Amino acid sequence: MAQTKDRKPLYKRHMTRYERKKELIAYSFLAPNFIGFAVFTLLPVLFSIFLSFVKWKGGDFSTMQWVGLGNYAEIFKTAKVAEKGIGYLFTKVDLGIALKNTLFYTLVTVPMTLVCSVALALALNKAVKGAVGFRTIFFFPYVASMVAICVCWRFMMMKDGPINQFIMALGINFNKSWTADSGMAIWSIILVSVWRNMGYYMVIYLAALQGVPTDLYEAATMDGANKWQQFAHVTLPQLRPTTFFASTMLIISCFKIYDVVAIMTEGGPGRSTKMLVTYIYDEAFANFNYGIASAIAMVLLVIVLIFTLIQFSMEDRYAND
Amino acid sequence: MTQITANAANGVRPSHPALAIVGKTLLYIVLIAIALVTLIPFVWMISASLKLDREVFSYPIHWVPEVFHWENYSLIWSKVPLLTYFKNTAFIAIVVTFIQTLTSSFAAYAFAKLRFRGRNVLFICYVATIAVPWQTYMLPQFILMRSMGLYDTLWAIVVLQSFSAFGVFLMRQFYQGIPTELCEAARIDGLSEYGIWARIMLPLSKAAIATLVIFTFVGTWNDYMGPMIYLTRDVNKTVQVGLRRFIQENSSDYHLIMAVSVCSLLPVSIVFLSLQKYFIQGIATTGLKG
Repeated sequence: MAQTKDRKPLYKRHMTRYERKKELIAYSFLAPNFIGFAVFTLLPVLFSIFLSFVKWKGGDFSTMQWVGLGNYAEIFKTAKVAEKGIGYLFTKVDLGIALKNTLFYTLVTVPMTLVCSVALALALNKAVKGAVGFRTIFFFPYVASMVAICVCWRFMMMKDGPINQFIMALGINFNKSWTADSGMAIWSIILVSVWRNMGYYMVIYLAALQGVPTDLYEAATMDGANKWQQFAHVTLPQLRPTTFFASTMLIISCFKIYDVVAIMTEGGPGRSTKMLVTYIYDEAFANFNYGIASAIAMVLLVIVLIFTLIQFSMEDRYAND
Repeated sequence: MTQITANAANGVRPSHPALAIVGKTLLYIVLIAIALVTLIPFVWMISASLKLDREVFSYPIHWVPEVFHWENYSLIWSKVPLLTYFKNTAFIAIVVTFIQTLTSSFAAYAFAKLRFRGRNVLFICYVATIAVPWQTYMLPQFILMRSMGLYDTLWAIVVLQSFSAFGVFLMRQFYQGIPTELCEAARIDGLSEYGIWARIMLPLSKAAIATLVIFTFVGTWNDYMGPMIYLTRDVNKTVQVGLRRFIQENSSDYHLIMAVSVCSLLPVSIVFLSLQKYFIQGIATTGLKG
């Protein structure tokens, strides 16, 4: 503490030429990135908060109209919802439906991805021959471009596609195109997401498993713990910080889902796969309702920030443990 | 060895060798099954790309085409300006990767090793925007770029991708691990700050740079939403939006769509397969970029 107090006056007193030169050098290192960052990221972030309070269709800046919380009232349809109850929001209002779909997608995708990636990591953590080969295969979907793999999955899930052929062979009678069926469409998106992300989180889990001290297992074996007990009482608790980190990252990326939906279902059929970002995109770039789009963007921002803050505070807790 | 005998003495049943073999075999069967499921879309894609239109959804499915229709691959070049798409994407990916790596490592050096007023405030700005999804400010960014005349130019995507806070954050974390004494010693030897960055920090941070280069390159190559918003003329399209256009215009030419898809996957696949060690290391050490 005393040291920081001593250090402070450095900036208060008149700086010597040498110190000033040193600072200029530091700024010269920062400048190339910071100028780009400030103009293309920082400025738009602040601008988007402002935009959510105006009515604007683009074009001339003079046509911009301050509406206060009007855009928020509009997307939440507050008047109608107050009259007809909260159920109206989630069954009729675009934002409510987008929230509901995104939430459902997230709640199913996150645990499925985590279970698959832990299982894969545990399997590969054993002395398996060809582990590197398996790891490469499982990770590959993550680096493959979304457009190509999503269109491929969409074809495979078509009415006469290989997936339905397989399902029919199992004796289940289903011969509709997945992405054209309002019940199945969201599941097709979930499946592709899990398939794509499991390899990535498997790599994170593999790194975490390598960090579990082996003497814990030795102690557990000494105490007569069987494999299952070792997994439940040693491995899982040791992986808890990783699981927490991975689930936060996954939740955030799920709330930002766009590519898969855009290519596989375009938000349809009807509004059955309309997501938050799909909704932002439509309002911004198809309907040119810039204010409305920014208000929806703020809803997304608040959700993501909440999860980020939880992650930060939990990280502190783990660090203090 | 002593461990094993100790276990035996304590009455822990050692696993039966036959059981162990059965377990191992099961493990392999499960792993191979999952690997097949993981690869099936790619196999189907390649297989469909070598078939005739009407053979794609034949029942029962032929994984190996009866006749290999390699001409599909020459046909697509006359149907879409694929070469232009590739050139554009390569240009964007290379320029972005270069600017991103250079400016991030430059700024990261200032954050990690130099003292100046406002350092903490500026760094908090960077970290805070990592948490802000791009989708929340893509619209104001678009308005800004359009007013700068960047709409429908490749430079729009270049500036959009080049100055991410993530790169600075990643490099700073790495530079902090490099002992400050090294820099001090170099200063005493008369090296300028630029000299220290070029001769000491850069060579020591090869691993971090490799990670950043790979992730930036692959991320930019695969980016879909950015180019879709900004690039409208065909001469400016990237592979991803070009493929999307092709899908929309030839929606029932399944075999040709799959052929274009295979082509679009090739460059990143080659990069990944040859550098996969760095991918894995990069994720394992940073765990970021979800």
